[in-house]
Amino acid sequence: MEPQAIHDAVKAKFGDAIVELQAEGFRPPFVVVAPERIADVALYLRDDPAMLFDALMCLSGVDYKDRFAVAYHLYSMTHRHTVGLKVFLPRENPAVASVDAVWPAANFMEREAFDLFGIDFPGSKDLRRILLPEDWDGHPLRKDYKYPEFYHGIKV
Amino acid sequence: MTTPAEALPTQEMLINMGPQHPSTHGVLRVLLRTDGEVVVNAKPDVGYLHRALEKIGERVTYAQFMPFTDRLDYLASMNCNCAWAWAVEKLAGIEVPERAEYIRVIVAELNRISSHLIAFGSFTADMGAFTPFLYSIRERERVNDLFEEICGNRLTYNFARIGGVSADLPQGFLEKTKEFLDYFEPKIPEYNNLISYNKIFLHRLANVAVVTAEEAVAYGLTGPNLRGSGVAFDLRRDEPYSVYPKLEFNVCVGTGERGQVGDCFDRYMVRINEMRESVKILRQAIAQIPEGPVLAKVPRLFKPPAGEVYFRSECPRGETGFYVISDGTVNPYRLKIRTGSFVTMNVFEKVTKGLMIADIVAVIGSFDIILPEIDR
Repeated sequence: MEPQAIHDAVKAKFGDAIVELQAEGFRPPFVVVAPERIADVALYLRDDPAMLFDALMCLSGVDYKDRFAVAYHLYSMTHRHTVGLKVFLPRENPAVASVDAVWPAANFMEREAFDLFGIDFPGSKDLRRILLPEDWDGHPLRKDYKYPEFYHGIKV
Repeated sequence: MTTPAEALPTQEMLINMGPQHPSTHGVLRVLLRTDGEVVVNAKPDVGYLHRALEKIGERVTYAQFMPFTDRLDYLASMNCNCAWAWAVEKLAGIEVPERAEYIRVIVAELNRISSHLIAFGSFTADMGAFTPFLYSIRERERVNDLFEEICGNRLTYNFARIGGVSADLPQGFLEKTKEFLDYFEPKIPEYNNLISYNKIFLHRLANVAVVTAEEAVAYGLTGPNLRGSGVAFDLRRDEPYSVYPKLEFNVCVGTGERGQVGDCFDRYMVRINEMRESVKILRQAIAQIPEGPVLAKVPRLFKPPAGEVYFRSECPRGETGFYVISDGTVNPYRLKIRTGSFVTMNVFEKVTKGLMIADIVAVIGSFDIILPEIDR
């Protein structure tokens, strides 16, 4: 299925929870979903016989300066089609439901987004920092991140 | 075999395996909770080698990021170089000369062979057979010599460029590659005679850490680890890029020939068989390579149009994907690198439940992880 058709199908199913299709300049295009419905949309895309997106290729956090986003790149091993999902989150306390119950592959990638962007994934089975030390201050991939001058009293 | 658990009460013990442990192929720390020799739970702890490559990517230009991709997976720098170039070319819509694409495929497949050789050699060394390691290093040395001829480096090549490759092949390179292939192809059965079907080796690998096809897809395994579980999926064939559609090769999958489909032995065998397929690809590429330029005209001040692209390619350790967001300036706005090893570590805790401590070494080796790619 083409991303436009996938967008139309989920739009028919979820109505207002589907905000728009980002198509121009986006490869693959993104279906923008309201953050509170992401788990339902994810489950639908995985299990519907016409969709069967059984593989989560990539989950990334993005800082768009005025807001955060989480981008999901999906692939179907059966139908060999691909689409992106995106949720936009506010700058204050960004949080979106975890999808690791839908795609177990999400766990490490969500931990990475939590670690480097400070995006919370409520419902995750195990959400800890993954790449940085547990006592690290701040989230380095945020655009307003200030480089620390000291780490444990050592000048960096 | 039953353990008389009631008669001999045991205590759970917490053991740190790594971060400095020879079998972890780098600085991986695994927190083992064991009951005697049996692993109750093994939690991987990664990040010791984090160099903030994604943050660096936001501060350098597209071309300047090329040498950093060398350090993503240092055993397969050529593949990572090309993956980055392909991603940026897709973002900017650059047409690459055909000769450059053939050169990329040739170096990528040579690098795949050398990377699989290290996987094979270090894996057997971990399993207690040191001799095959020397054989694999001997053959890899010849690939390194070839790479030294084309770019001067033996480990981090920095060979691809956005729009092509940095230099044309030196004179006589294709003949030397052919000589290497003629020399190398008969070595693969030799490896099999030497170690693959060795009884002790088989006992260590067959039926250990089975990943079913459904699990492999759900956990996002890619590359040889996915194919080891019997899923015939290869980006070179199923999401073709570059000149791969013009080349014929088989997608090797695990068959469960000595145990169950998706055990350590299947993953090992997929890599051995893939070296043969790479030889096949190389022979065709050498026969087909056209004359012509090797670098497209790309402006020195390179600004791709604003947009977002996800490009993935088949690297020796699975899918390496670049999610690049451009805002129309000289450096990427956001650069996310998805690597095969990082996602593979996610399934580690699940498959190691109930194994023996020595099996952990087999599992790490069979997944063929590399730490710089996990920690980035």
